Order: sequence, then C-alpha cells, then structure tokens
Amino acid sequence: MIPVALSPDVTRRALSRWMEAKGPDGDTVISSRVRLARNLTGLPFPQAQTPEQAAEVVRKVEAALASPEAAKAGLGEWGLVRLAELPWLDRAVLVEKHLISPNLAQNTETGAVVIGAGETLSIMINEEDHIRIQCLYAGLQLDEALRLASRVDDVLEARLPYAFAEKFGYLTACPTNVGTGMRASVLVHLPALVINNQVGRVLSTVVKLGFLVRGLYGEGTEAVGNIFQISNQVTLGPSETETVENLRNVVVEIINQERQARQALLQEMRDQIADKVGRAHGILLYGHIFSSQEAMQLLSDLRLGVELGLIKGIDRTALNELLVAIRPGFLQKQAGRELDAMERDTKRAEVIRAKLRPGRSPGTAER
Amino acid sequence: MLCQECRKRPANVHVTRITNGRRTELHLCQECARERGQPEFVVEPQFPIQSFLAGLLDPGAPPFIKLPAPASCAYCGLTYQEFARSGRLGCSSCYERFGERLDPVLRRIHGSSHHGGKVPTRSGGAVRLRRNLQELREALARAVQAEEFEKAAQLRDEIRNLEKELG
Ligand SMILES: [Zn+2]
Ligand SMILES: [Zn+2]
Repeated sequence: MIPVALSPDVTRRALSRWMEAKGPDGDTVISSRVRLARNLTGLPFPQAQTPEQAAEVVRKVEAALASPEAAKAGLGEWGLVRLAELPWLDRAVLVEKHLISPNLAQNTETGAVVIGAGETLSIMINEEDHIRIQCLYAGLQLDEALRLASRVDDVLEARLPYAFAEKFGYLTACPTNVGTGMRASVLVHLPALVINNQVGRVLSTVVKLGFLVRGLYGEGTEAVGNIFQISNQVTLGPSETETVENLRNVVVEIINQERQARQALLQEMRDQIADKVGRAHGILLYGHIFSSQEAMQLLSDLRLGVELGLIKGIDRTALNELLVAIRPGFLQKQAGRELDAMERDTKRAEVIRAKLRPGRSPGTAER
Repeated sequence: MLCQECRKRPANVHVTRITNGRRTELHLCQECARERGQPEFVVEPQFPIQSFLAGLLDPGAPPFIKLPAPASCAYCGLTYQEFARSGRLGCSSCYERFGERLDPVLRRIHGSSHHGGKVPTRSGGAVRLRRNLQELREALARAVQAEEFEKAAQLRDEIRNLEKELG
C-alpha cells in the first residue's frame, strides 16, 4: 500500500465508493461490510494499555502497511490519521460515513485510523481491539468485502505478531468477538415490510436464527428511515466463509420478502403508494425545515417511489449520498462551524433541495 | 406544525422518547398517535452485551460449572471478578488464565468453544501444519478404504514428513 496524507476530501465530501448505484441488489441492499478484529501479542488490549504501548501499536501498524510486501499486495493508497489530530467535526463525519465507530471517535488519546482510497477500506487502531479492519461495499457484496479484508489481514500479519490460539482463534478483548473476530453486516431498506406490518415478524425470525438486527449506526441505535443492519452474532465455530454464506442466505430471504411486499403494494394500493411517495417527494423539494428523523422517513418514502418506478429522474447514488450529507456532523462540517438544532434543520432542507432539484446531473458531489 | 407522520393534520400530540440517553421528539396528530398506540417495535433485540455477559459471568450467580476462581492474569493483572463486571479481557494471556472458566461462557454465546476459521500464516504456523496433518490422515483413511494403495503410500510419506516437521 502507498502511504499518502489523509485526503481532506474524506470529510469534505459525502460521496464514498459504497454509495455507488451499481451495487448488486441495490433496490433493497444499501451496503455490505466485513470487519475483522485483531490484537497483537505481548501488549495488553487497548483498554488496559499505557499511552506508550498504544502509540507503539499505531507505529507498528503504520510500518507494516508501509512495508515492501504491503506495496506488492496492490491495495492502493492510504492515509493514517491520529484521532487527536482531528477536530471533532471531522471525527463526527467519519462516524457518519461508517469509517470509524463512535467509540473510536471518542478515543482522542490513543485512537488512529487508516483510510484507503475510495473509502472502501478503513483500519481502526486502538478501538476495543488493537486492529479492526473494515471493508465496505455497495449493495450485497459480502464475498468481495471479505476478500479485501482478508488480504489486508494477510499484509498486516506478515509483519505483526497476532494474538492467536488454536482453540479460541483470534483473541479479542470481548469474548463475543473471539474466533474469527469477524462481524459481517448488511444494511437493508425495508419500507414495504414496514408498511404492511410484516417487518417485526420477519426480523424476529432473523434474530431467532442467531443474527443481530440493529439500526443504521450499529449497536444501540434505532432504525430510522426503514433501514436495518443485519449481522452475524457467532464468531467462534464456523469459518469466515460459512458465516458470510449464512448471512447472505438470510439477507436474500429478507429481500425476497421485501420485493414481494413491494409488488403487492403496487397491485393492491397503487394510488395510496403513489400518493405517499409523491407527497414525500414534494415535501422534500419544497420544505425548508427538516429534523433528521423526518428527513430520513421522507427519503425512505422517496427511495421506495424511485425503486417502484413511480418517481423518475432521481438516482440511487444521490439517495445514498444524502444518507450521509444530512447528518448533523456533515452539515456542520459543510457550514464550517457549529450549528444549533434549528440551523441544522434549515441547512438539511437546503442540502436536500439542492440534491433533488430536477435537472441536476445525478450523483454530483458538491451541493 | 403539521403531524410528522401523515403531514396532513396539525400536530397536537407531542411525544418525547429517551433511547440510550438520546432524546427524540415526535409531533403527531391525534389520529396518528392513536394508530401508533402500541410502542414501535423494538429493533435492538434487547442485547445489552455488558449485562448479558455479566449475567453469565457473575461469580455470585449459580455457576454452570464449579471451578475455583483463578486469581488473576499473570501478565495484565486482571482478576476474574473484574472480567465478570466489565465483560472485557485485559490481554491475550487472559484467555489461557481463564480458559476453563471461559469455555462454558463461549459455548453459551457462540454454541461452540473451538475456532473453525482462518489460521494466520506466521503465528498459526504449527496450527496450520496440525490441520494439514488431520486432513492428510482423513485422506489416507479414504484412500485405504477405496483400496487406492499407491495413493495411500504417497499420503503416508507426506504424513511422516509433516510429523517430523512438527516434532
Ligand atoms: Zn397525523
Ligand atoms: Zn491478561
């Protein structure tokens, strides 16, 4: 990999590669992610280490990525930044873009992050574990995400002594991650299942099968905008490929149900659905004040209208980009200052109007 | 202000919810508020990992398995009590130290206590060889079963070499 300074565009622009419209099953699946947790031997886990030990971890990861073997692996450009060097707004934007966890954003003492070109790859350093490799892809692409994560893992392992035991696998700070250290997750948009009240039934089945269901921003977040995160819970026993395979099977089942529900809506209540999505479109185009919650709901309605072919001229990339562009951190970063709630709501409406205005070339990054 | 749900009627029901310490406000008309009567379905499958683990690990709770509590990790100094409270281990040596204690906990969480996934090339060198050896032994058994003796002889040689390498 080739070290470069972290591009300021990372926090200036909302667009990342995972938002691209051409992701497979993009009508229902927003993105796929694979995260691998790794620790180094001979150093306590981040929660128990001294600042010197933490700094050593950062240096070691940086050196491993800058090695000739890493360059040969062809993983492209990357930038490393210590969280201490980032103003809080930039940290907030990285969370909103799913590049770091809220937990790491708070760790300005010892945390660091490596971000690869296109923002497909990020490596969190000194989160709950020494190393967390994350790969994020558009649509349903779990295999691709696992393949890249595993390649990065090999590059790091060539230089770093991993904490690994034959019986327990990769050793992690929390026993819920031990084994593969892998959390694979998929973000799905399920508006039709929410409208016909089936989502509770479908998702509780998924939970019974041993998968986790969460809101857009992971642990402890609510489902906003009918977007749900489905991920594996088990990390000890099955292999990485088995786990990904099982998750994919479950997701395929969920999206089939969502697609059926959408067709049923079109057949049985076309006018009501057209009215709902049309109203959402109108409000988004002409509203001037939106809370985050309201915007997410309206954008979900709009997305449904676009996917059902009831609304033309808006592409998926723009909708994916808005998921990040309307977040509080990003709005304030764009404004270049702190905004109070009312100012944010006004700014949010501005960003949405600009993005959805007819005649705009789809997917442009600036507003 | 219009109702946030239907955006048709004026909002006169104001709901404040506090989820995970975050406050959200909801402004609804009476009709929509009534429709919402039942609390919104819970997405987070009530899985507060901390308390879940604490429940499993609490030394005061009825133990799954009666074992004397190991004192503390020789490397990082973490005690079992501290682990039970936080659900987090202090270092990789903790796994050796609390291994027997962890076994039932891991089986509860994962349904297994044995890793079946990737093995790192360097740190897992011996593990890799052992896994290969296991696979070769199985192949040998199959070859013998199928009376493929030439292949069996070849496999036997490979196994001998590998055994030598493992010491
Ligand atoms: Zn209403
Ligand atoms: Zn320890």
